[in-house]
Amino acid sequence: MKKKRLWFRSALLAILVIAVGYTIYNSIFEETGTYISKGDRAPNFVLTDLDGNRVELEDYRGKGVFLNFWGTWCKPCEREMPYMQRQYEAYKEQGVEILAVNVSETNVSVKNFAKRYHLTFPIPMDKQREVTKAYGIGPIPTTILVDKDGKVVERTSESLSEEKIISFMEKIKP
Amino acid sequence: MQSKLCECGHSNPYGTSLCQACGKPLDNEVEVLSSMRYEGSARRSQTYKSTIVDRVWNFFSSVKVGVWLIVTILVAAAIGTIFPQEMFIPPNVDPASHYESEYGTLGFIYYLLGFHNLYGSWWFIILLGMLGLSIIIASLDRGIPLYKALKTQRVTRHDQFMKNQRLLSVSHDVEMEEIKYSLETLRYKVREEEGNLFAEKGRFSRWGAYVNHVGLIIFLTGAMLRFFPGMYVDEILWVREGEKASIPGTKSDEGQFYLENNDFILEMYDKNDKKFNSALSSVDGEVAKNYQSNVTLYKTEPAHTIGEEPKLLKVKDGVIRVNEPFKFDSFALYQTDFKLNEFYKMSFKLEEKSTGKFFGDLTVDLHEPETEYDLGNGYRVEILDYYPNFVLNEHNQPATVNNLPDNPAFVFAMYSPSTPKGEKAFVGIQKNIESGDNQFKMSFAGIETKDLTALTVRKDHTLWIIALGGIIFMIGVTQGLYWNYRRIWIKQNEDGIWAAAHTNKNWYGLKKDLEFLSDKTNLTPLEDKEIDSIK
Repeated sequence: MKKKRLWFRSALLAILVIAVGYTIYNSIFEETGTYISKGDRAPNFVLTDLDGNRVELEDYRGKGVFLNFWGTWCKPCEREMPYMQRQYEAYKEQGVEILAVNVSETNVSVKNFAKRYHLTFPIPMDKQREVTKAYGIGPIPTTILVDKDGKVVERTSESLSEEKIISFMEKIKP
Repeated sequence: MQSKLCECGHSNPYGTSLCQACGKPLDNEVEVLSSMRYEGSARRSQTYKSTIVDRVWNFFSSVKVGVWLIVTILVAAAIGTIFPQEMFIPPNVDPASHYESEYGTLGFIYYLLGFHNLYGSWWFIILLGMLGLSIIIASLDRGIPLYKALKTQRVTRHDQFMKNQRLLSVSHDVEMEEIKYSLETLRYKVREEEGNLFAEKGRFSRWGAYVNHVGLIIFLTGAMLRFFPGMYVDEILWVREGEKASIPGTKSDEGQFYLENNDFILEMYDKNDKKFNSALSSVDGEVAKNYQSNVTLYKTEPAHTIGEEPKLLKVKDGVIRVNEPFKFDSFALYQTDFKLNEFYKMSFKLEEKSTGKFFGDLTVDLHEPETEYDLGNGYRVEILDYYPNFVLNEHNQPATVNNLPDNPAFVFAMYSPSTPKGEKAFVGIQKNIESGDNQFKMSFAGIETKDLTALTVRKDHTLWIIALGGIIFMIGVTQGLYWNYRRIWIKQNEDGIWAAAHTNKNWYGLKKDLEFLSDKTNLTPLEDKEIDSIK
């Protein structure tokens, strides 16, 4: 009798803890239902970059991808660009690529910006914001680290220091 | 834990204060009347404290704890209204810095503690979960023993139980059959045992509180399910006229839905119309009559890659008006907002300043300007730089606020046979800044605009659960509020016939019943002890 009661109580408490725990998990990690975060598989996408080349995320399987969402008008984005360019050159040979997805801007603006900062990494142009929407990007810059297996290992919306970028590069180096 | 045997022979669970069967106080210190709230039954939580599970159980069994949880939740919800919630701050700003820059340190703390997204913050969900737990445990701990006590109660009650009731009388020469008959005409359910009577009415009203708690639990479950994948979608979709955009939250293995905005319509009431004239004369400005989007729904093939040019199959056309959503699958699109006359294309003419002669014109798509416009005969214009939403930054340099063409400005380079090196000019709305003595200028020739519509994308599989919870809650409230549990005991004792009565609320109604009873029979009117003590 007493044992049965203990079992009943434990089961009921366990069910509630699990239900609330799962709810909190969802509230944090699935905010909009499209929010891509740590541990998720990075959804594949196809975009045309500034030079007119087709860029598909899946083609980078086997390499680490530093996926950055940005705009020319966003100051914090502008700040981290020179660091990204330097570390792109340093880590390119080590199998880490940078894809700097521009959020819905014109080729003219982005070309001028890229020229000013001597950017050489691919800049996929997300004209229709389709990728931005699919990844649930809110504020920019947002950086998503994708490892060689196509899994997201980090997501952040802070403006990155050069040290931080180096530590990110090390993290996804194959 | 051993049980307690009453002198009537009934065995009561440990912790019982009034015998479940005859109502005899099992302890000398028991106050009968106040114990009647739960029939003097043993609240199971209070019976023993041994394991951690029992201790947690006992904590949540307390009504005091439940009330404190409700108060805490109310206060938190109130604080959540001080600054706007995250969904109402401008998109594309980082909430972390926004709250601090807008509202100072308090705003930063507000953000840090998760008040900016209250219903999604972990501690608020935990509070709601604890409230749910408290409701379930407190109900089980009181409801089940109460049910058992009311089920096992006997007709014949112990003298001490009778004596302690608020309404009591002793009569002589009373015909039991008459009492029984009168009680039945009052629609009491009457039981008989050894010449004693027990009449009861409205026992089901005692379950009201438990029914309404079941409703609350269902309600909370529905709210919880909103966080589960696939149950709830609430997104905003902006589409320009003539454009197609993917509908957020509608991607599945079968493909992605797209929506085309064919036309956005805003109609105003005609003030000159006789029908509306008198009603509208007191209103300044226009009064909106209709907000409408004419749309077409498309679906991609199953193997659609995000960002790729979609191969779209038309599903259907539709019209969206306020309160008249467009429905497909389990989704509904609601008219939410709009933006009229967003700049779309700007036209210029290349003009020779000295003669005023034009050498061709060009139209610039503000969402995708060309870098070069060839006007023929050796005349051409290049766009060197473009600022969609022009502003001078802190270094007095031209910059753009964002990527929306609300205040477009260009740096043009104008080439002609006479100026092969090109002349530069900065052109914006009511701005024309030239470098040096230019022979040519770009003169403004016109602008095209487009409307945008904003739609709310909604899918809600939880609404019926929440509605069901609400209905059950209301049934419970009604049950407990509009009915009450009245009981009358008639016992044949040596010194006469004892009558006692009890109700959980509405003593006035019970007394009315008793007056009827003493009118129709020889029963001595029952005296209200409480009123006596006030006297």
